[in-house]
Amino acid sequence: MSERSIQWFRFTAPANFYDLAGRLVPWFAALTVALFAAGLYLGLVVAPPDYQQGDSYRIMYIHVPTAWMGMFLYVLMAIYAAIGLIWRIKMAEIMAKAIAPTGALMTFFALWTGALWGRPTWGVFWVWDARLTSMLILLFLYLGYMALHAAIDDRQRASNASAVLAMVGVVNVPIIYFSVQWWNTLHQGASITVTDAPTMATIMFVTLLIMTLAAWMYSIAVVLARARIEVLERERKASWVKERLEAET
Amino acid sequence: MFRSLFALLRRDLTLALRRPQDALTVVGFFVVVVALFPLGIGPDPEFLRSLAPGVLWVAALLAVMLSLERLFSDDYRDGTLEQMLLVPEPLGLLVLTKTFAHWLITGLPLVLISPLLAVQLNLRADEIVMLMLALLLGTPILSLIGSIGAALTLGLRGGGVLIALLILPLYAPPLILGAGAVDAVMHGASAQAHLSLLGAMMVFALFATPWATAAAVRIMLD
Amino acid sequence: MMEFLAMGGYAPYVWGSYLVMAGLLVVEMVQLRYRRRSLMGWLRRMARLTDQEAK
Repeated sequence: MSERSIQWFRFTAPANFYDLAGRLVPWFAALTVALFAAGLYLGLVVAPPDYQQGDSYRIMYIHVPTAWMGMFLYVLMAIYAAIGLIWRIKMAEIMAKAIAPTGALMTFFALWTGALWGRPTWGVFWVWDARLTSMLILLFLYLGYMALHAAIDDRQRASNASAVLAMVGVVNVPIIYFSVQWWNTLHQGASITVTDAPTMATIMFVTLLIMTLAAWMYSIAVVLARARIEVLERERKASWVKERLEAET
Repeated sequence: MFRSLFALLRRDLTLALRRPQDALTVVGFFVVVVALFPLGIGPDPEFLRSLAPGVLWVAALLAVMLSLERLFSDDYRDGTLEQMLLVPEPLGLLVLTKTFAHWLITGLPLVLISPLLAVQLNLRADEIVMLMLALLLGTPILSLIGSIGAALTLGLRGGGVLIALLILPLYAPPLILGAGAVDAVMHGASAQAHLSLLGAMMVFALFATPWATAAAVRIMLD
Repeated sequence: MMEFLAMGGYAPYVWGSYLVMAGLLVVEMVQLRYRRRSLMGWLRRMARLTDQEAK
């Protein structure tokens, strides 16, 4: 009986996921567009310039959300990878793989916007500040995960091996963060002090919230869309794929 | 159980002694990399001295990383690794033993040769002692974390380059602590905190990494 | 309008952030669409081939 339910789970879940995700993606995409439109309007037009940083602080509206997304997606990826590895749930493996490129992209955005924000604020594009440095290492962790996945031809082995890597990575992320933080406080030679965003006005806070939600919605939409492609690739011999193929022409 | 682990250790060491060039290549790499730095930076003794902890640590880290590929690959190729899956001893312990042997062959020589290079970079005696101590605590961490990467890239094309991408980001904490310990002594501060954290990290790695490595070996041999 | 584009003198930084992000998000979406389309085409071709073989 239990064996049968596992079989059932294995063969039907991807098809169910494919249909459900197909229905969800347009909604999340629409939400993304609406939230980005509102957030950009508020952030670039309505919100007043910062009294210290002028208009350059507006980079915060994409810097902070993408940095959060980059970190959160890594944890989420590791959780999915662990579920896939431990309980052998194919959809979790696919989700983990589908999250990686978007997470890497978000981390890259955080670094890129951080550099462009740093130049007018601190006078340099890059400071070896604890947060920037750990984001850089996080980007390397994403790249390693994707490279390992791509290097192994066998799909099952690729997801299992990269799942181990993701779990090792997620254990290391806090260790890396704290050691980098510690390293940074020891080397506080330069006069650059990295402060948080100045005390925020309500409008700024609301905008940041909207942009964060927009980043969420975007990530969900893109990850689901990518997972649909992955699931088709992995299940290409299953009969449900053929049914969907005929239905969608 | 310990007898079979000991036999495995002795086998790995005998194999390594029969082909000493492998271990010597790693040491040679370490020496050459450190020797190249002054050529790039300039011969100013004070400046070199201030860079020495970082240079020595990064070179040691790269040397360990280069040697990682051989940790499992020979046993993988001739099928010994597959045999190990059938042994009653837990795979984690076998892997740990192999990693220990690997450290004795590659990590320990680096620790022993480091004073020579440190003198070249104008470190003082107390700083050299600290460097050796930090390396003694740190290189096992490098081998342990590296064993995960070595296992994950078993039998892959271009595995060596991939190991670098997988493992080097994880080497950040030991690098910070190890180089920081020497740096602290250099600036007249206590390196106690660095060494304690490095030790804690080693204990943690000692208990945690063998299981990850064993899982990776199982997956890659599956 | 010009004032808005100038961003109080920080135009290269602000627009450099926003436009690069917008550009790469579009690249990601286009790449996904392309990947999906080529996969669908391939699956259809394979389905047709197996159908022919069955006949």
